[in-house]
Formats: sequence, structure tokens, C-alpha cells
Amino acid sequence: MEHYLSLFVRSIFVENLALAFFLGMCTFLAVSKKIETALGLGIAVILVQTITVPANNLIYQYLLKDGALAWAGLPEVDLSFLGLISYIGVIAAMVQILEMAMDKYVPALYNALGIFLPLITVNCAILGGTLFMVERDYNLAESAVYGVGSGFGWALAITAIAGIREKLKYSDVPDGLQGLGITFITAGLMALGFMAFSGIQL
Amino acid sequence: MASEAKSNVIDPLVDNNPITLQVLGICSALAVTTNMMSSLIMCIALTTVCAFSGMFISAIRKHIPSNIRIIVQMTIIASLVIIVDQVLKAYAYEASKQLSVFVGLIITNCIVLGRAEAYAMKNPPMLSFLDGIGNGLGYSLILMGVAFFRELLGAGKLFGHQVIPVANEGGWYVPNGLMLLPPSAFFVIGLMIWAIRTWKKEQVEKPDYQIHQVHRTEVL
Repeated sequence: MEHYLSLFVRSIFVENLALAFFLGMCTFLAVSKKIETALGLGIAVILVQTITVPANNLIYQYLLKDGALAWAGLPEVDLSFLGLISYIGVIAAMVQILEMAMDKYVPALYNALGIFLPLITVNCAILGGTLFMVERDYNLAESAVYGVGSGFGWALAITAIAGIREKLKYSDVPDGLQGLGITFITAGLMALGFMAFSGIQL
Repeated sequence: MASEAKSNVIDPLVDNNPITLQVLGICSALAVTTNMMSSLIMCIALTTVCAFSGMFISAIRKHIPSNIRIIVQMTIIASLVIIVDQVLKAYAYEASKQLSVFVGLIITNCIVLGRAEAYAMKNPPMLSFLDGIGNGLGYSLILMGVAFFRELLGAGKLFGHQVIPVANEGGWYVPNGLMLLPPSAFFVIGLMIWAIRTWKKEQVEKPDYQIHQVHRTEVL
């Protein structure tokens, strides 16, 4: 239990996908002008991440890994080179299914998140989460915890920067730094703040 | 034709740079720039993928049904990235370990998909190929610039060779460790954007909220 808790906290703060690994930066910078939209996107990322990381873990463990096809009588087959294309396929399919399921059962949430869901397919935070899971060789339980944690960390980061940017628009920024430039500097200062978490062990 | 081909390669370098103006492909731009060698490999990988994906997608653009085009584009891009990844693993294993997940993340790099969607779907293969090269080079320019400052100031090295003698080896330069940490990448790119926009004034964004110039007479 302690191990999972530690993994959870580490994936939110210490190994924050957005501020320590710069994943999902394009959306992070483009969709962070308002807190409401940022929060909506954050929730969508948590949802997708929670589903896709364990799903890709299953695919990796039972289909792609070296010797993973032993259950089908093919112990020498190593399909790990197919990893990238299968993960992105799973992510695209999951996002599509999630979109349809939400439209049917929770239309209110679907209307709120509607435009953000398709965007998530090409969000590197999602694919990045899966690739880190593979690289670190998590098992199913660990990858489920990692999925929730990393999604949550990303949501936290984008909501925080949206809050800062809402205040920032009233400040007098030099012309050349206006917009994108100052957002980069702000994100840098936030990343500095998040570095304070490094080294925390539970 | 010839002039369009030329502008496809030249324009994305500064005037329409994918990173500083189009805000595409930033993730990897920040993460791999701690030293110049790994960013060079990343640049070559991305330029290759971007150019060839543009060419292939454009070659079959008239046969792709528009409602499943994203998944077709993704498949082409993912296959190219797998090739690049396998080549790196075979011939540059150390470098591929160092880049870790970021080679795989070229798939979701918005430059590649963005150019495929915005340019390759409407233009012939050769022009799309050049457009891919141009955008890849624009990306490389920023990446190498960032890596140059980070490696030089952070470790006193360029491409792994010591150029400034470091203090703990008897030299005079005390390396700035912050430059090797994630936040510095944000600062360096932010300052580069500032520099580019001071040079190219038309790229400056309009402020959302105009602060009024208050004159003395109005106050009184």
C-alpha cells in the first residue's frame, strides 16, 4: 500500500508530466487562457489517462513483450517493435469510445468536455504516460495508480497556469514578450516551484 | 513552382517558425535540449519523419476519406517513427537510451500532424516534402539554439567537448547547474521568443487587456 501511495504522490508532484517532462506542452500553452476550459481539459486528461495506461499495460504484458505470446504457444515472438503503433491506436480508439459512451450516458459531461476529447488523442501527455509505463516496467496495479496520478498532476499544472494567466493579462508586459513569451517564463517559474518537491519520499 | 518550393523551406526558419510562432511541437523542444548531441539526433529524426510523412500523406491525399483522415495520418506517422526508432536502436543505442520516450513522442508531435493536416492534405508530394524539411529545420534551429545555451552555460561543453574550463577542474568557469534542469528550458525559449519578436515586430501579439495611458490632465 505504501508503495502505491508513494508512486501516486511521486507521479503528481515530483514527476509531473507537464512541468518536469514537458509533455502535453502544446495544449498546456494553447488552452490555458481560462480556468474553466483548463479545468475541463484537465478532467478529460485524467479520465483518458486512467483508462489508457492500464489498457496499454495489458496489451504490452500479454501481446507485445518479449515472450509475452507464450500463452498462445509462441514463446519466441517479440513484437515490442509494434509498440508505438498499437499504443496510439489504443489511445485513439479509447478516446472515440469514451466520447460515444459519454454522449449516451452522461450528456451533461459530454457537452462540457465535447471539444476537448478529440484533442486528447494528440496530447503527448497521454502517449508519454504509456511510454513511461513501458520503460519503467510497471505491473497492472502500478500502472493504474500511475495513470491516475500522472493525469491528476497534469490537470493540476494546467489549472494552476490558467489561474496565473487570468491575473497576468492585467499586467504590463513588454511588447515582445506579450502572449507566448511571458507564458513560457511563467511556466518556467512554476517548474522551479515544482522542483521543490523533488527528493520527497513517502 | 520554384519560388513556392523555396519559400516552403525558407519561411518556417524565422518568419513562420513552428515553435515560436505556430506554438507546435514544444514538448520535445524542451526535454531533449540538455546537450547538443541528443538534440541534433532529435532534430534529424523529426525532420526525416516530418518530410516523409508529408510526402506520403500528400501522395495518397485524394484517396483518404476525410472522416478517418486523422487515423490514416497517425498510422503513416507512427510507422515512420517506428522505422526511425529501430534505426536509432540499431546504430546509436546510447543516444536512443538517452532520448528515452521522446523518439516515440514524435508521433504526437504537433508539428508533424499539424503540417500533414494543414499542408500535405492540399498540396502535391514534392512541395509537401519540402514543407516538411522547412518546418523540421525551423524546429531544429530553435532546438539547437536552446541546446547551445543550456550545454554551454550548464556544463561548459559543446557537443560533449569542454570549451570553457570549469572551476572544479582548475578553470575559471563555475557551471550554472540550473541550466541543466527543466525550468531553464522554459526561460531560454521565452527569451528567444522575445529576441525574435523584437527583431520581427509583426509577430508581436496584441494584449488582451489594454492598459490606458493616463495623462496628467486626466488625473487632475
